[in-house]
Amino acid sequence: MCNNRNNDILRNMNKIVEKQYFSEKVVKLVVEAPLIARSRRPGHFVIVICGEKGERIPLTISDADTEKGTITLVVQAIGESTTKICALNEGDFLTDVVGPLGRATKIENYGTVVCSGGGVGVAPLLPIIKAMKEAGNRVVSVLAARTKDLIILEDEVRKYSDEVIIMTDDGSYGTKGLVTQGVESVILREKVDHAVTIGPAIMMKFVAELTKKYNVPTICSLNTIMVDGTGMCGACRVTVDGKTKFVCVDGPEFDAHKVDFGEMMMRLRAYNPIKK
Amino acid sequence: MATISPRDAQWREQLRASMTAKERTAIPRAKMTELDPAYRITCNEEVNQGLTQEQALVEARRCLDCPDPQCMTGCPVAINIPGFIKNIERGEFAQATAVLKETSALPAVCGRVCPQERQCESRCIYNKMKREPVAIGYLERFAADYTRNHPSGEKIEKPALNGKKVAVIGSGPAGLSFAGDMIKRGYQVTVFEALHQIGGVLKYGIPEFRLPNAVVDVEIDALRALGVEFVKDCVVGKTLSYDDLIADGFDGIFVASGAGLPRFMGVKGENLIGVMSSNEYLTRINLMGAGHEGWDTPVLKGKRIAVIGGGNTAMDSVRTARRMGAEVAMIVYRRSEAEMPARLEEVRHAKEEGVIFNTLANPIEYIGDENGHVTKMLLQRMELGEPDASGRRSPVAIEGAIDEIDVDIVIVSVGVSPNPLIPNSVEGLNISPKGTIVVDDSLQSSIPMLFAGGDIVRGGATVILAMGDGRKAAAAMHEKLS
Repeated sequence: MCNNRNNDILRNMNKIVEKQYFSEKVVKLVVEAPLIARSRRPGHFVIVICGEKGERIPLTISDADTEKGTITLVVQAIGESTTKICALNEGDFLTDVVGPLGRATKIENYGTVVCSGGGVGVAPLLPIIKAMKEAGNRVVSVLAARTKDLIILEDEVRKYSDEVIIMTDDGSYGTKGLVTQGVESVILREKVDHAVTIGPAIMMKFVAELTKKYNVPTICSLNTIMVDGTGMCGACRVTVDGKTKFVCVDGPEFDAHKVDFGEMMMRLRAYNPIKK
Repeated sequence: MATISPRDAQWREQLRASMTAKERTAIPRAKMTELDPAYRITCNEEVNQGLTQEQALVEARRCLDCPDPQCMTGCPVAINIPGFIKNIERGEFAQATAVLKETSALPAVCGRVCPQERQCESRCIYNKMKREPVAIGYLERFAADYTRNHPSGEKIEKPALNGKKVAVIGSGPAGLSFAGDMIKRGYQVTVFEALHQIGGVLKYGIPEFRLPNAVVDVEIDALRALGVEFVKDCVVGKTLSYDDLIADGFDGIFVASGAGLPRFMGVKGENLIGVMSSNEYLTRINLMGAGHEGWDTPVLKGKRIAVIGGGNTAMDSVRTARRMGAEVAMIVYRRSEAEMPARLEEVRHAKEEGVIFNTLANPIEYIGDENGHVTKMLLQRMELGEPDASGRRSPVAIEGAIDEIDVDIVIVSVGVSPNPLIPNSVEGLNISPKGTIVVDDSLQSSIPMLFAGGDIVRGGATVILAMGDGRKAAAAMHEKLS
């Protein structure tokens, strides 16, 4: 470890060094965060604050470059804070970035792994796909979105997947249909040993129901409401296997077959009426 | 440590002789000026306004400067109480603060949040005379506030560095007190804080109306001026590992990461929308500015709020709820008021502010509407049975006595567990079944030069005990490093 690390810590970090629009509301930000870049593993997330009076927003890390000391975040403008973050430009700073938080994905050689991602869920899925491939798995990736323009990171996913299946609701790209149809087509034709699914809660719920039917162990990554992200508040609690768990410290990944998605989706709406 | 104002100092002897004990004990205890309840629930202003200089001078005369001051035995950090009070009596307020600072890193904080009625003031000789004890807490606060508001203008000299450096994990009361002691001993001190603000529970937990952030910031700035480095947004165990700190050349590490994990009761319906921990509620409002103009973080508001628990955090939550516009704000506590662990002043303030005390009641179920928002709670009525291990009479359910009460927010404030982040990330660290770090008498853990104190060791205690641990660990670590 270099001797000037302390100076590194105290230097003003969190500078946005690259910005790219994936679609009108989905933005990729490459952010200077050398310590996080060094210690993050697939599955980890960060908490980001934009503005002195900003809120703490959890975002999963989609990539990191230890040489350059950067992490890559993919942000979808859905609320006030994420819209603010998406409006930042290259050269701007995020007020705070803290992490990496949560438990890392358990990576091992399972055999054949089906990784399904919906919408911006593909971003946190990418490092898992990469690590699963590097661990010797045969990786089949299923990317799904409403329409062609919302399919993100396809080239990067292709780079680390043995096969990529694209599903769109409107059939504008790949096969017309839902993510579950894509996953099922793989299960029906070959032995699948493990599955990973990241995306909207409703999507993960249906993937979990499907893989349960076929007895394929499945991991999902939950993006619940959080405040501190370090286990302090319990805003992120979910029921897994009948027990209350904190997504921030016990997760964010859980056995998808045991997550109470109904409750999770209900809790995600906690602030809907009072937030614009 | 030798005190800077010993009892046999000439001025103290003269002061003692200047008034008889009879004259002193005839003075009534000072009354704290408080904001009017009707006004204070409309804002976040500090309820206790502090003593005026005149009040403090009179109150200080009440102290008899006992030869064997029992008050000091009630103080977890053994502040030289008569020493600072007699300095107030002679008008040397800065000197009074200097005496306080000999043993307490944060007197302005302790003067506000310490449970003096159970500590120093409970041992005051006045109690034996069936009189109200000397208002030690009020005087402590007076001295600290006076010195803060009347800075001496002297340039703060940074202590000479001894070439060794230490890391502090967590910037709450234990961490700050440790940092202050070590920087004065010449160590290079770096404090790592997981949140984006320095101060730990003093910032996210204790509300502005009881402990203004500005008071805490002055203490933090004073440490900064002495050379303490603060690194925010850094989770040790995640951003940096224990091994990173060792590789970085830290000679000693003090873990003061607090009791981060809120406990829930496992009651049916506890995950409904509107049921949350006091940590979540207070953090959203105190740290994140929820409910205040211009801040992005939201917080659920309700007309009928129930806070489950009887501790200080429960009182802080319920009083905050009143200020956030709750029409009905109630404490639900399973024992009776006599067993409540909260400070008497907090209970009194809460009552003045219209808080309802629903004691001998325990929630057994929460019921929600079609959107999953909590709307009702079922309370099991309790009665007091035989004393339990804690010596308090334990509550027993009265069969069939169940009340249904309308609520739209429930705040669960039944305690916290140690934050597992550090315990989980340091290999070989001895952890108790409760998740606290196991330490020896010097507060050293099973890993050499890794010390720990505050709630990560105690599981949930007070600001002053945490500060005491910081001091103790600093002394012990210093001895090992020199």
